[in-house]
Amino acid sequence: MELALKAAAAAPAKSSRSRRKAKSAMPMVVKLAYRNLFHDRLSFFVTIVGIVFSVVLVAIQTGIYLGSERKISAIIDAAPADLWVVPLGTKSYDDPSLLTGRERHMILSTPGVANAEDMVVSFARWRKPKGGTTAILLVGTGAESSYPLPWNIVEGSRDALEAPGTVAIDQSYFPDLGITALGDRAEINGIAVDIAATTKRIRSFTTLPYVFASIEQARMLTGANEIQATYERVTLADDADLESVRAEITERLPDTEVLTQDEFKKRSQAYWLFQTGAGAALIAGAMLGLIVGIVIVAQTLYASTKDHINEFATLRALGAGAGYIVKVILMQAVLSGLIGYLLGIGLAFGVIHAAQDTKLNVIMTPGLAAGLCAVTVGMCVVAAISAIIKVVRIDPAVVFSR
Amino acid sequence: MLATTSSSHASHQGANMTANAADTRTMVEARGIVKVLGEAPNQVKVLKGVDLDLKAGELTLLMGPSGSGKTTLLSILGCILSPTDGDLSIAGHPTAGMSKEDLADLRRRHVGFVFQGYNLVPTLTAVENVMLALDLRDIRGPEAYDLAEEALHQVGLGHRIDAAPSKMSGGEKQRVAIARSLAGAPSVILADEPTAALDAQNGEAVMELLAQVAQDTNRAVLAVTHDHRTLKYADRIVRIDDGRIAGSERPKIDGTSPQPGSDAH
Repeated sequence: MELALKAAAAAPAKSSRSRRKAKSAMPMVVKLAYRNLFHDRLSFFVTIVGIVFSVVLVAIQTGIYLGSERKISAIIDAAPADLWVVPLGTKSYDDPSLLTGRERHMILSTPGVANAEDMVVSFARWRKPKGGTTAILLVGTGAESSYPLPWNIVEGSRDALEAPGTVAIDQSYFPDLGITALGDRAEINGIAVDIAATTKRIRSFTTLPYVFASIEQARMLTGANEIQATYERVTLADDADLESVRAEITERLPDTEVLTQDEFKKRSQAYWLFQTGAGAALIAGAMLGLIVGIVIVAQTLYASTKDHINEFATLRALGAGAGYIVKVILMQAVLSGLIGYLLGIGLAFGVIHAAQDTKLNVIMTPGLAAGLCAVTVGMCVVAAISAIIKVVRIDPAVVFSR
Repeated sequence: MLATTSSSHASHQGANMTANAADTRTMVEARGIVKVLGEAPNQVKVLKGVDLDLKAGELTLLMGPSGSGKTTLLSILGCILSPTDGDLSIAGHPTAGMSKEDLADLRRRHVGFVFQGYNLVPTLTAVENVMLALDLRDIRGPEAYDLAEEALHQVGLGHRIDAAPSKMSGGEKQRVAIARSLAGAPSVILADEPTAALDAQNGEAVMELLAQVAQDTNRAVLAVTHDHRTLKYADRIVRIDDGRIAGSERPKIDGTSPQPGSDAH
C-alpha cells in the first residue's frame, strides 16, 4: 500500500521530468532565438507588423503583376496555336490591323500545316442602349474553331453568337457598356447588336472591354471583307518541324510575322508591362515593400541584439564561436520571417479573395507563395546583417566590467 | 551534493592540506605577463610582468586594491584578453599565436567562468542556462538535460531547475552560474568577485561551493575578491598591486600572513 502511494506520488514527478526532458530536444540555438524574440513583445510585434506589411505589399504587387500578365495574354491562352501569323510590326494582341485576306490559303498550302483559323480583332465604337458611346475591342472567331471564343460563358451560349447581330460581353463590363441584362440591345459602329451571351472574369488589361462575336459578324461590324482577318492561328501537322514551317510561311508572306504562342504572349506582355511602364511600377512597388520590410526588420533585430548584448558577450566569454552567435541571430531572423510570412500570406489571401470579382485581378500561385516565403526569409536574413556585425564585434571582456 | 555546511568545510581542510602538500598538476601557467592598454601616448601598463601558476585541487584567491590589474589578469588567464607580452598556457596548451576563434575554443574546452553579476541568460531557466554551456561543447538533447540537472543538484538547486533567473535570489543565481561553469568539466574556473553582490549568508554558501569545486584534483579555481570573509576558504592567497604580484601565501598550511614579494608560482 505504502509502495503504491509512493509510486503514485512519483508518477507525476516522473512524467513532468519526462516532459521537461522532451522539451530539451529543441536545439538551444532555436530556443535562445525564440526566447529572445518573445522576450520583448512590443519589439517583436513591431517586427512582425513590418514583415506582414512587406509580405502583403509584395504579394499584392506581384499578384497584380501576374494577374496583368494573364490578362494581357488571356485570349492568346484561351485560343492556343502552334504559330500565330500577325501583321508585320504588331506590338501586342490588342494592337490590331487587318491582314490582306490571302494569307489563310497560302498558309494552308504550306507543307507541315494542318490547319489555319481566322481571328478578327478590331477597335470599334459601342453605343450604349440609353445613349453615350465608348470604345471596345471586338473579337471574332469561327464556330468551327478548335477554341471558339469566348469561354467562361455564364448566360446564353456560344451557338447563340452564330445568329446575326449577336455579341457576348463580360458581366463585369455591364456598367461600362450600359447593359443591364442578357438580351439588351446596343450598337457597334452604328449596327444594332443583341447581347446573346455573357461571361465571367474575362477582362482586358486595357480599359477597352472585350466584345465577342462570330467571325462573320465581326467582319461585318468592322467593315472587313469576307476573307480578311487580323491574325491567323496555325496548327501544325504532327510530324512538322516548327522552325521549317515558320521559315516557309515567313518567306511566303513577307508583310507578316510568324510567332510561336509563347513569343506572341511575351511580346504582348512586354509591350503593356514595360513599354507603358505599368509593370515597372508594379515591380517598383514590390521592391519598395521589400525595402520597407528590410529596414523595419533590420532596425528591430539590431535593437534586440543591443538589448541582449550582455548575453551574447557572456556566450562569447563562455567560448561560443562567432558562428554560434551568428546562428542565434540568423535563427531570430528566420523565425521572424516565417511567423511574419504566415500571417502576411494569410492576409494577402484574404485581399486576393476579396478582389476576386472586382476589376483588380490579383493572382496567387503555389510557386509565388513559395517564392514569397523564400524572399521573406531572405529579406530577414539580409536585415540581420547589421545585428550580426554588431555581435561578431563584441568584446567578451565587457562581461567583467558589468 | 557539493553544498556543505561550515563544519563539513572545516573537515575538508585537513584533507586539502595533504592534497596541497602533494605535487599537483599546474592547470594555468603564466610567465612574464605584460598588458598594455590604450593607444600611445595614453598607454597604460596594467600588468608589468606577472608570473602565476594555478594548481589543480586548489582554490586561489586573487586580491588587491582597485586598479591593481586583478580583472585584467583574470581576463588574460581566461583567454579573453591576449597579453601584450609573456607566455600563458592553459591545461598544457600554450596560447601564444592563437586566433580569437582558437582562444574561444580553448575557453570552451578548459575554462569556466563565474561572474560578479551572474550573467545568466534571463530568458532561459536554470537548467537551460546550464544546458547552454553544454550546447557550446556540442552536448545536446536528453544527455545535456541529465548533465545540467546533475550539475544543479550538485550546487543544491535540484528543486529549482525550472526557475527563471528573475525568480531566483542572488545566491541561487550565483549557484546556477557555478553549475554552468562546472557543466563542461573545465580545467580551470575563474570567478570574478563571486560574492560581491551577495549578502553574508549567500556569500559564505557560494565560497563553500567554490572551495568544494576546487577539491577536484583535475581543476584549479581562481577567485578575484575584495571580500575578506572569503579568506578562510582559500588554499592560497595571491596579492597583486600595481600590476605586479605582491605576495603569495598558503593560509591553510602555515596560517601566517602573506609575505610581500614572495614567489607566486
